[in-house]
Amino acid sequence: MIGAVELGLIYAVMALGVYLTFRILDFPDLTVDGSFTTGGATAAILIVGGVNPVLATAAGGAAGLVAGTITGLLHTKGGINPLLAGILTQVGLYSINLRIMDGANVPLLRYDTLLTPLRDNDLLGTAASIGIFAALVLAIKVVMDWFLNTDLGLAVQATGDNQGMIRSFGVSTHATKILGLALSNGLVALCGALIAQYQGFADISMGIGLIIAGLASVILGQALIPPRIVVIATFAVILGSILYRVAIQIALQVGLDPNDMKLVSAVLVVLALVLPKWSVLRRVPSIRSIRRSAAVEPTAGDR
Amino acid sequence: MLDLTSVSKTFFAGTVNERRALTDVSLSLAPAEFTTVIGSNGAGKSTLLNLVAGALLPDSGTIGIDGADVTRLPDHRRAAYIGRVFQDPMAGTATTMTIEENLSIALARGRGRGLRMGVTRAKRAFFEAELASLELGLERRLKTVVGLLSGGQRQALSLLMATFSEPKILLLDEHTAALDPSRAELVTRLTSEAVERHHLTTLMVTHNMDQALRLGTRLIMMHEGRIVVDVAGEQKQRATVADLLGAFEKVKGAGFDDRTLLQ
Ligand SMILES: Nc1ncnc2c1ncn2[C@@H]1O[C@H](COP(=O)(O)OP(=O)(O)O)[C@@H](O)[C@H]1O
Ligand SMILES: [Mg+2]
Repeated sequence: MIGAVELGLIYAVMALGVYLTFRILDFPDLTVDGSFTTGGATAAILIVGGVNPVLATAAGGAAGLVAGTITGLLHTKGGINPLLAGILTQVGLYSINLRIMDGANVPLLRYDTLLTPLRDNDLLGTAASIGIFAALVLAIKVVMDWFLNTDLGLAVQATGDNQGMIRSFGVSTHATKILGLALSNGLVALCGALIAQYQGFADISMGIGLIIAGLASVILGQALIPPRIVVIATFAVILGSILYRVAIQIALQVGLDPNDMKLVSAVLVVLALVLPKWSVLRRVPSIRSIRRSAAVEPTAGDR
Repeated sequence: MLDLTSVSKTFFAGTVNERRALTDVSLSLAPAEFTTVIGSNGAGKSTLLNLVAGALLPDSGTIGIDGADVTRLPDHRRAAYIGRVFQDPMAGTATTMTIEENLSIALARGRGRGLRMGVTRAKRAFFEAELASLELGLERRLKTVVGLLSGGQRQALSLLMATFSEPKILLLDEHTAALDPSRAELVTRLTSEAVERHHLTTLMVTHNMDQALRLGTRLIMMHEGRIVVDVAGEQKQRATVADLLGAFEKVKGAGFDDRTLLQ
């Protein structure tokens, strides 16, 4: 179970990225499945090549920034619908990821990674490692909270709320969308780089279906803590990520097949999206109204 | 301050749905001139404002603001010059964000946005003072999410956001039409006060002829994409609703541009 909490904390970095696009920008970004692997692949190949793991991890995150920028350009300058723009980047990244790794996977077990100190001292799966991962995630959360409350961050938030309004105050919504997508995929790829080191390898399928895990984390967390302000919302996302991994762990322990987990996740997200639309359950926060629920009228899910 | 020269706009040109929204419109507003705009539905009033704001680009003609040619600038690059309030109270604010966040966004109108804190203590004090002038008690609700406000409160807030950073031009498109009469009256009064206080060059579309006559220093009537009546000063002071209706009937019959209808 401690392993699940660890995983939940690391994957929370990805979930924060998903929160940034889905909730803040109101942009359903499917780049995630590809950019996560890009982050893992980039970090892994650099580590194998002898690059310092800290730099390799940062490079993984930077690759995600580029991936997000591409989706942003496809959508804004190319006029491509958000879902399609994300899918196009994701599919393109599949080939790029194979190129980066020069194959379908890169094992890391014999190399020094960010996690080697923890592994060598038998700290993985203990309170110490949880403390370290929690500190890392909270640091990212604090930076994200700060950013979203700067002048620029407020403009990004307003872009997801009312584009006409924020444009009328002199902000290019093209720029804010590209920025948001870049930052989001940067976080996702950073998470991919960490996961590759945590599991000891990068492989081409490590990102498949990840967007559902990200969404499930965001929805789960915000159902438990209705967020009113960014600071609380980002905390809820982290909590949601941990709960999601714990739930998966429990499902596995009661004997569910690991191969069924993606289906279970997808069904969970579908329920979270559909249930709030039934009038009896209107009071359960819906996918849209959970974003700072206080703001929204009861039917906001249909807006 | 604002100069439109022979501006035309046609939607869906060359298709069966072709709609001429504006035909060869020229209009020049002096600094601090407060012009009310009336005209029947589809006359082109909103299109005129959208062209000034840059939300639409003209097919032909030029648009100048304070001497600068802005004809081809997109809306967000004109925003430094232009404050806007829309008919829909939802349109002018970010409803999931707080009052103070909305005001911060508005205060940075047309300036570069960097990594400085959006809401600071100094700004908060300024916002409180400005909100107090609305006399709606909003100065005590800085952290309230805008979606929780009534239509009238939101429109008053939108008006403040559009004006307090002192744009060169203020565009109001039936911004009181969605409000109940007492709220409409309040927002109208706030509008006059803001225009006066900041000396804003203003174009205000209204469906209320009485209001169009009462407010402002100049009045234009539009019909089928043209300006058909244009009165200012003394002449506007003397004009009555009956005069406007008479002029309108004449235009409808004549079907062409005649700026001398009221004489
Ligand atoms: N975005 C648009 N697309 C197509 N036609 C439009 C659009 N905006 C306005 N029109 C048409 O242009 C004409 C003028 O509209 P508008 O400027 O909204 O008039 P008003 O505000 O005076 O009622 C109308 O015939 C309207 O149907
Ligand atoms: Mg109109």
